[in-house]
Amino acid sequence: MPVAVAPPEVKPETEREDRVPGPGRPGGGSGSDTGSGRWGDGGGRRLRPDSYQLGMWLALASISMMFVGFSSAYILGQGTNSQWRAMAAPPFVWINTVILLGSSLSLELARRASAATELKRWMTVTCLLGAAFLFGQFWIWRMLADQGIYLSGNPHSSFFYLLTGVHGVHLLGGVAGLAYLTARAWSSAARIPTRASLNVTALYWHFMDGLWIYLLVLLFYWR
Amino acid sequence: MSDSAHPAVHPAPTTFIRKWVFSTDHKIIGIQYYFLALIAVFTGLALSVLMRLRLAWPAESWPWLEKIFPVGFEGGVMSPEFYLAMLTMHGTIMVFFVLTTAPQGGFGNYFLPIQIGAHDMAFPVLNMLSFWVTFLSMGVMFAAFFVAGGAPISGWTAYAPLSALGEVAGPGLGSGQDLWIISIALFCVASLLGALNFITTVLNMRTKGMSLMKMPLTVWTWFTTAILALLSFPVLLAAGILLLLDRLGGTSFFIPAGLVVSDTVIENSGGSPILWQHLFWFFGHPEVYIAILPGMGVASQLLSTFARKPIFGYHAMVVAIFAIGMLGFFVWGHHMFVSGLSPFSALVFSILTLAIGVPSAIKTFNWLGTLWGGKIRFTTAMLFAIGFVSLFVSGGITGLFLGQTSVDVQLHDTYFPVAHFHMIMGVAAIFGIFGATYYWFPKMFGRMLHEGLGKLHFWLTFIGVNAIFIPMHLMGIMGQLRRYAESTEFKFMEPLQPYQEFVTIAAFVTAAAQLLFLVNFVWGMFKGRKATENPWEATTLEWITASPPPHDNFGGRELVVNHGAYEYGVPGAPRDYVMQTDPPLESSK
Amino acid sequence: MALALAILIWAIVLASVALFTGEFGWFPPQISEHGEAMDAQFNLTLIVVAIGFILAQVALGYYVWRYRDRSGARAVYTHGNAKVEVATVLITAVTFVTLAIIGQRVWIGLHLEDMPEDAVQVEVTAQQFAWNFRYPGPDGKFGKTATRLINDQLNPVGVDSRDPASSDDVVTLNRMAVPVNRDIRLTLRSKDVTHSFFVPALRFKQDTTPGLAVPGHFKALKTGEYEIACAELCGLQHYKMKGFLMVMSDQEFEAWLKERAEF
Repeated sequence: MPVAVAPPEVKPETEREDRVPGPGRPGGGSGSDTGSGRWGDGGGRRLRPDSYQLGMWLALASISMMFVGFSSAYILGQGTNSQWRAMAAPPFVWINTVILLGSSLSLELARRASAATELKRWMTVTCLLGAAFLFGQFWIWRMLADQGIYLSGNPHSSFFYLLTGVHGVHLLGGVAGLAYLTARAWSSAARIPTRASLNVTALYWHFMDGLWIYLLVLLFYWR
Repeated sequence: MSDSAHPAVHPAPTTFIRKWVFSTDHKIIGIQYYFLALIAVFTGLALSVLMRLRLAWPAESWPWLEKIFPVGFEGGVMSPEFYLAMLTMHGTIMVFFVLTTAPQGGFGNYFLPIQIGAHDMAFPVLNMLSFWVTFLSMGVMFAAFFVAGGAPISGWTAYAPLSALGEVAGPGLGSGQDLWIISIALFCVASLLGALNFITTVLNMRTKGMSLMKMPLTVWTWFTTAILALLSFPVLLAAGILLLLDRLGGTSFFIPAGLVVSDTVIENSGGSPILWQHLFWFFGHPEVYIAILPGMGVASQLLSTFARKPIFGYHAMVVAIFAIGMLGFFVWGHHMFVSGLSPFSALVFSILTLAIGVPSAIKTFNWLGTLWGGKIRFTTAMLFAIGFVSLFVSGGITGLFLGQTSVDVQLHDTYFPVAHFHMIMGVAAIFGIFGATYYWFPKMFGRMLHEGLGKLHFWLTFIGVNAIFIPMHLMGIMGQLRRYAESTEFKFMEPLQPYQEFVTIAAFVTAAAQLLFLVNFVWGMFKGRKATENPWEATTLEWITASPPPHDNFGGRELVVNHGAYEYGVPGAPRDYVMQTDPPLESSK
Repeated sequence: MALALAILIWAIVLASVALFTGEFGWFPPQISEHGEAMDAQFNLTLIVVAIGFILAQVALGYYVWRYRDRSGARAVYTHGNAKVEVATVLITAVTFVTLAIIGQRVWIGLHLEDMPEDAVQVEVTAQQFAWNFRYPGPDGKFGKTATRLINDQLNPVGVDSRDPASSDDVVTLNRMAVPVNRDIRLTLRSKDVTHSFFVPALRFKQDTTPGLAVPGHFKALKTGEYEIACAELCGLQHYKMKGFLMVMSDQEFEAWLKERAEF
């Protein structure tokens, strides 16, 4: 799915303060004035958001639109579909939610780590929690299938598999990105992951976390 | 480029593979996209010629065509399933692989970074990926021709449940339809990667002095188009996933309960066919602007350059581009007036739709204003830009009929909308692509195209497309329905046969004229006159560098932009044009 | 070059005007109560469109010729004129929105007004590639239907004969009779994929969306036989999916219905 892959080469340490966009006053006329000092300027001022950060935000906007599409299908289906039989939330979903929230917490700890050992430790924990969530998700599907609740069963179960499945694919990409950064943190030869790459991965991860909560609310509390 | 806000310049590649195949250079990727679109457009054109053949002479036998298409032309007569497969593939190939890729992926990729003074896209690797996913997508789409049952017959809109039920509903709806959906899903992913790259590049990679309001209008249109793509393609992707699950996973998102297809009871239950239409057109309407907006940018650029005048109302143009783009998200319902949509929402969609006419009128007015008082140089590129304006008016203005609920009832799914959208998003957009080709070819390939041949190409094409599509409006009024393999079954369509023949002949001539373009293109690449740095005496940044530009675009120069994008005929300036990087003029402040 | 292009653009304008005003064909003659207003709205729009089209194209041709590159001439240096810009916005916005609002009257009449009680009911069930019509019979009630009873030859819409309301239902294939000058209330359904019920002479078109029972109504003002076509791509024989609308007097209609009921 769109952009879950590991962030590529990241800029050197020195230019990371430039994350905050300046006051985005639109530029001047089409004449020959020299715009300067504002975000619209284009020049070497360090007021523009980090490219990877911006790219990630755009990717998230796009992913959100996809889920808006799914959600509108869900809401329409729930409102009009006579075959709709609401299924109960599998209890294990809540344990899984705690695992995912935990991974966000540990990623935050990694991001704030001051020492390399701390970073390594928390990155590894995050990776393992992410993988645990995916495994848990797989297990939930197996459990449901054993109970006779399949993808094609009824509209609600279709949506459950669909939404958790698409979320899972996105999360798999996130785990891959985290694993890459963690491997870099452990290997002695390579540079340690830079703050920028950590930030952008964290943004994605926290977003997937929030998306998960949203999906649970939609699937089991939206009436 | 010493500017530290730019990521490190990637070194020029040395191996053939990295230079021409898996290149991360936006210029090479742009050319790759362009050639992909070139293959697609001639394929799509060939399909339309075959379709026209059947429409004009439905009973005629063409034994030699049977040799080429033994399945579709059994006994020399084109079968209706072959016709519908052509129709689906023509629409799909043209909309996705030509109108979406050539203006944005092709020219946008090549010239957006150069026009803002950057030396590449923000994410070069992503850029490469987006091309190759598009390439894969096209491969999958073309594969649909060759699977059992052939290409799908459900049209480029793939309305469910026709597209969801599988082979029971008709030929080509088996694996052909599966491949179609997979291809479209891949295309969505590729477009998303491209779109976020374009947006980031515009926001983050502009050179010193290139304020947003000094950007060429082409950049504004590519930027807006990227925003539309970023927000509309994911919805199509979602729809595609749902449709594929309906076909392969046994779900019922689009298939309602109680269907009986040729006495076969369908076991699915409870889905909504209207849902597909909502999701599809939520993407589909912005897609129209994805196709046409870059053309508008190119027309603005060309009209200003060759009228030797600043663009009339630059700010109004920027506002209009954005207004068209954003309004485009709120009018999808006008494709669904007769589909059983709530009559109330139809009222709202109708009024919003006509409101889009306002920014479009502003654009037309400003193009005329740009020509007014100018000193017009009639290059081939300029002819196509003027043709674009004429076609934009002819094709756009008929939207006033179709946007009205009550008038649309009669015209819906006749040749009237077919003529309307071919004129505006098909032909006008293609004129934008042609104009851009004649204008930028010297920069891309370092050689000039033949102007005489180009002008002949223009005259034939301009006359041809008007001869095809203006009568088609009248055919729609007379009631000719679209997607009919022939119109001989109905009495009210009988008088239309001479029109069908006329349009077909006009289409053959127009299609043949495109060979002139192909000849010119190939000749120009190898034998054309060597191009100078700035053959058109234009002002934007691509014209201050070599033709073709070096790997980092500007040969290590740091650019400082001092002027707006269209400073022609400035009083007191040494030349009749002031390039964006020229030093500030004393008299202008 | 300039003159040639100008003349070509003007020639396109002339040809279009000739095509749309000459005897080259127009809408099929219309026979419905709402059709006249619909055609009037089309003609009103045509006038607005023609004015815009002719003004823009003639100006384009004229400018192309007038402002060709002539030695000695100098281009006017201007970045635009805000007042003219605002005027364009206002004029077009008022024209277009007014047009949209005027056009809604017909739509509201078609879709949002109540039907009189005595309207003749007809249920249209489309299928690949035929039209089934069902009349409720003297009791004015449609009997129940069931998917499993559907058989293309014997029971095309799956009428459940155990339901008392179904005994007098009349089902016909591809031929739909309606009385002249009476309100007709339609219920449009589909058995398989999306079709579209289109009667050019009635100025009536409505998709039959599977899973939905879409309401529609019309009143035919002239007797005769008119063609029904499918307007939404529905598969292989889309172009052959033909039916007939027969508008007849009240007596003829009753007789026709009775004949079918006995059959």
